[in-house]
Amino acid sequence: MGIVFKNVVKQYSNTAAPAVDNISLEINSGEFIVFLGPSGCGKTTLLKMVNRLYDTTSGTIEVDGVDIRKVQTEQLRRGIGYVIQQNGLFPHMTIESNIAVVPRLLKWPEEKIDKRTDELLEMVHLDPRTYRKRRPNQLSGGQQQRVGIARAMAADPNVLLMDEPFGAIDAITRSSLQDELHRLQRLLKKTILFVTHDVDEALRLADRIIVMQAGKVVQFATPYDIVTNPANDFIRKLVGERDVYRKMGFLKVEDIYSADSLDEVAATADGVTLTDDLKLVFNRMVEEQHKAFAVVDSNNKRIGTVTMDRILTKLAQ
Amino acid sequence: MSYLFDHPDKVMPFFWEHVRLTFTSLLIALCIALPLGFVIAKYRKLQAPVTSVLGIIYTIPSMALYAALIPYTGLGKTTAMIGLVAYAQMILVRNVVAAIQGIDPMMIEAAKGMGMSKRQIVFRIEVPLAVPVVLAGIRVATVSIISIGTVAAWIGAGGLGRLIYQGLNHDHTGKIVAGTVTIALLAIGADLLFRIVEKIFSPRTA
Ligand SMILES: Nc1ncnc2c1ncn2[C@@H]1O[C@H](COP(=O)(O)OP(=O)(O)O)[C@@H](O)[C@H]1O
Ligand SMILES: [Mg+2]
Repeated sequence: MGIVFKNVVKQYSNTAAPAVDNISLEINSGEFIVFLGPSGCGKTTLLKMVNRLYDTTSGTIEVDGVDIRKVQTEQLRRGIGYVIQQNGLFPHMTIESNIAVVPRLLKWPEEKIDKRTDELLEMVHLDPRTYRKRRPNQLSGGQQQRVGIARAMAADPNVLLMDEPFGAIDAITRSSLQDELHRLQRLLKKTILFVTHDVDEALRLADRIIVMQAGKVVQFATPYDIVTNPANDFIRKLVGERDVYRKMGFLKVEDIYSADSLDEVAATADGVTLTDDLKLVFNRMVEEQHKAFAVVDSNNKRIGTVTMDRILTKLAQ
Repeated sequence: MSYLFDHPDKVMPFFWEHVRLTFTSLLIALCIALPLGFVIAKYRKLQAPVTSVLGIIYTIPSMALYAALIPYTGLGKTTAMIGLVAYAQMILVRNVVAAIQGIDPMMIEAAKGMGMSKRQIVFRIEVPLAVPVVLAGIRVATVSIISIGTVAAWIGAGGLGRLIYQGLNHDHTGKIVAGTVTIALLAIGADLLFRIVEKIFSPRTA
């Protein structure tokens, strides 16, 4: 399941070198994958081959186990959410009609579309009563992109393709949209392919990053691995030097905790959870003068321990 | 001026005749220009030849065009309308092409990416997005037809031009003024009407 690229090549007729040069990748279902690389390295081309806006020159792509060429193109696309840079909304349609595009193509009954529209707008924190009847140009850039995300998720696709969706949005709004998207992805477990040339955005959002250079994948790894073990000088330069403190931001409790409940560590009332990042845990250790914390699940039941030693050992790797 | 106020009953038939002539010519012109414009917007190879032919027609003075047509289609409404339709083509076709080609390619890509068929893209995206620009073209074409329609009275098409023609022949200034003023009012009225329609059809701005 997920998305599998096998020896994928894209050769445009008017260029010498292929834009995508024999790429093979396996992406798991529910992963947040970021394609990162300088402009012109082939990110968009690779992305658009997934919903067949471009056809592969050779090689195969499978989405959830199905070769995309075995499905009717329109049908394939209706099952894959697609978000482009701002301006992707249709200006002649209201917000609700924009969101309803794919459900209408899929001939959903109107009541179901109506209910889904409210649900989606609430999901992206836009009040349905205020925004349903508005036109895109009556919304700010950030709000438009929220609608863009809601629209892409309208028919509940497993896979979302996003091509620099926040590229034209100011830094503060972008950061809140990133948080929002991250939250939704954790909640809904969509497989997301997200293109960007912004390193910080990639490090912030990705479960794994595909770093591309001249049509090839030069590294496919977690943000932490990319920062700590860049595959070549190009990537080292790209991600720059990141200090230890920032590195902790790319690691979560689940990456280092031990499943034992050491007795000497008091099961403090406010333990940490698996998804807390280590920067936060480290801050608490310093502020609260504890060398360890209990790890608790969502029911506040203790499932393990995280210690200062384990953090330091991981960072030293 | 007084003729217009004293004898509105004598001006009105000319007025309505002018409106009918304008309206019919516009309808016929649209039936040709909308599909033609759409086709050449898509098949760019046809664009240069079609627009240059239309451009040439547009530069022929109306009297000369009518003089050339009369041996084939005679005097009267038919000839007048052929001329009016021909002039309107240039304006309308150019606007349809501009409207279609002015659509942001991102719109088409978004529509495609969401799984619309070619047909659905035409009717749900391209046509509605082109409407405001095409309407502006229709407005300009209408005003042109109204004014060129005046000249068509000389070949027996009737309308307000005929009133002016009578005034000139009988040295009746009142008729000339009444005809001219009514044509101006008609043109301004049509312009205003289409501007309102355009406003309704263009995506609302905040
Ligand atoms: N439609 C196209 N026709 C021809 N060449 C293209 C086309 N799209 C992209 N390219 C070329 O392919 C290469 C990769 O482009 P792209 O995938 O858009 O890169 P990125 O998204 O990483 O900036 C570039 O050299 C670009 O010029
Ligand atoms: Mg790109």
